[in-house]
Amino acid sequence: MLAKRIVPCLDVKDGKVVKGVQFRNHEIVGDIVPLSARYAQEGADELVFYDITASAHERVVDKSWVSRVAEQIDIPFCVAGGIKTVAQARELLAFGADKISINSPAISDPSLIERMQDEFGRQCIVIGIDSYFDAETGTYKVKQFTGDEAATKETQWYTQDWVEEVQKRGCGEIVLNVMNQDGVRQGYDIKQLSIVRSLCDVPLIASGGAGTMEHFKDVFQLARVDAALAASVFHKGIIDIGELKAYLAEQNVATRL
Amino acid sequence: MTTQPTAETVIIDTGCANLSSVRYAFERLNADVLVTDDPALIKGAKRVVLPGVGSAGAAMASLEQKSLIELIQGLTQPVLGVCLGMQMLGRLSKERGGKSEDCQCLDLVPVDIEELDSQGQPLPHMGWNQITVSNHPLFEGIEQGSYVYFVHSYRAPLSDYTLAQCDYGERFSAAIGKDNFMGVQFHPEKSAAVGAKILANFLKMNSENGA
Repeated sequence: MLAKRIVPCLDVKDGKVVKGVQFRNHEIVGDIVPLSARYAQEGADELVFYDITASAHERVVDKSWVSRVAEQIDIPFCVAGGIKTVAQARELLAFGADKISINSPAISDPSLIERMQDEFGRQCIVIGIDSYFDAETGTYKVKQFTGDEAATKETQWYTQDWVEEVQKRGCGEIVLNVMNQDGVRQGYDIKQLSIVRSLCDVPLIASGGAGTMEHFKDVFQLARVDAALAASVFHKGIIDIGELKAYLAEQNVATRL
Repeated sequence: MTTQPTAETVIIDTGCANLSSVRYAFERLNADVLVTDDPALIKGAKRVVLPGVGSAGAAMASLEQKSLIELIQGLTQPVLGVCLGMQMLGRLSKERGGKSEDCQCLDLVPVDIEELDSQGQPLPHMGWNQITVSNHPLFEGIEQGSYVYFVHSYRAPLSDYTLAQCDYGERFSAAIGKDNFMGVQFHPEKSAAVGAKILANFLKMNSENGA
């Protein structure tokens, strides 16, 4: 049976792994390659690296570490951060990234998704979506340029519409990052993820809010996502990946042990 | 003085992205490995890897443009196709990529590549899934039900040429083979210890003991 994936996310800033609370106040948590190797060893199914400063500051991720990660770890990984052109994507894939994730640049120019799909196939095109619950209107909406608080802005997109749009244009996977939940470890937004799941024919990765092992069980069993992404619970040693996977197996969640 | 580099194991430079992951995986096994599209080096290698990501049409067009199709078809040493590289070993692929006709492939293993019927589950089939293996030397020491990493939407059906099976909506070939040609649909280079063992098994093969 296809296993549910546990995906540690390493937010990268200036070549180091960092983590902030609700995208703010970033603190350094470690070096990229040793942390990657540790997570692979502990049973992570996949890794995601986000250069959180890249999109907002008009620059591309420093790529030297991508090939160092590819040399050393033997599980798949995805690279995100300011990838705006087919040429940039090609370079990252050539360095050994398995997938590239596009967020803000796809909102600015949705045709980027089609062009990348034509060139590389949809299997390596991941769309990251930063979604938040707008309490005033009671709707889910998409934000752009979230890597930098000063640059963050609202978009014209309702989350459900953007989820449909990116699939139509040819993405192979979606990471839904629920911003209201990020970094506060109160659990994944099951309600929102369930809504998006019902619209999503490609694999869906839940992101934002993981605090306990039960949160992972819930997001797999209730929202039926394919993968769950988390950062601080792993970086801070609150949850051990091996223990998490043993727990999920006990709860009858298909898990690669 | 410079000499032409040679290597026991040659990875064909198909022009697709993502060749380095396969090379790194062999290097982690301390293999003598080289990525090249040089016909003499490919012909002279003890074993050959045919990697590939993207669409069948684009990958076949790249092989044609590099004049490698007949050369690959004539290889007598063990050849391992990976992912799209496995699919290219087939007769044809229904992945048309906007064209009006099926994509003609290398016709080394007589199977047709068709869309995976996931029975409504998300596509691509992406992630770690379990394989049922045959007693082919490629899977020596691999336990039934081992997890390997898949990313694909098309598949080879089950046939006499199936070397390993997987299930996602339907059962399909996780690996195929005929004579010295074999291919895996999954990515051994990204499949942790299980994948490394499969690649190590491949590294033990040569023309004498080959597939």
